[in-house]
Amino acid sequence: MAVRIVFVGPLRDIAGEEAREVAAPLNWAGLLEAVGAEVAQQLGEERVNVACAGEVLTDKTTLQAADGDEVALLPPVSGG
Amino acid sequence: MQDVRLLAAPLVPGSLIGSFTNANPGLGGVCTFVGEVRGEDNVEALELSHYEPLTLPSMEELADRAIVRFDLMGILIAHRIGMMYPGEPIVCVSAAAKHRRGAIDAVDFCMDCLKSAAWFWKRELRGGVWHWIEPRAEDYADLARWKK
Repeated sequence: MAVRIVFVGPLRDIAGEEAREVAAPLNWAGLLEAVGAEVAQQLGEERVNVACAGEVLTDKTTLQAADGDEVALLPPVSGG
Repeated sequence: MQDVRLLAAPLVPGSLIGSFTNANPGLGGVCTFVGEVRGEDNVEALELSHYEPLTLPSMEELADRAIVRFDLMGILIAHRIGMMYPGEPIVCVSAAAKHRRGAIDAVDFCMDCLKSAAWFWKRELRGGVWHWIEPRAEDYADLARWKK
């Protein structure tokens, strides 16, 4: 029973991997614990967003990921 | 007519715009913008990454907003992902409308949204080292012009 955490853009370099599977369910405290201190520090910044099951969370601290959900950590975009 | 694409292969604006224009018979004007990878600052290559579940849906939503806001007949948004080199097209936005102002403004609007609010992450290869690009203050200021 797992939740897949996806590290996007620069967070992929910090995490040293593209994705990691952790046990479900996963909440905000569990996420911070699962990703390591350096990524957790980035997550604390307001400009880093979190998406769960394809939806960007308005308040990332309300994260409640269930089995099979993908949780994406989204740093500030730099597109176009 | 809405045509929104994410392309992993080279983007050829001419081949997209011809069919887009033909798909909007009776239009009064078409405005097209093509953005290319700049070769300044010794940039050797550029890589754009995206997040599949969000990137294309948010571009489609942007196209919908532009159609309504500028009363368009059609809009084309094509964006590259993956590795690119200086001089290669990275984005193409084309808008068709009955009157020129809507088409011109829609392209300007879409480009500002794509630059600062679309789900892309960019890094540049300079001197053999990859550098992630941070969003610029000007990009946010450009986007703010459309808030009302």
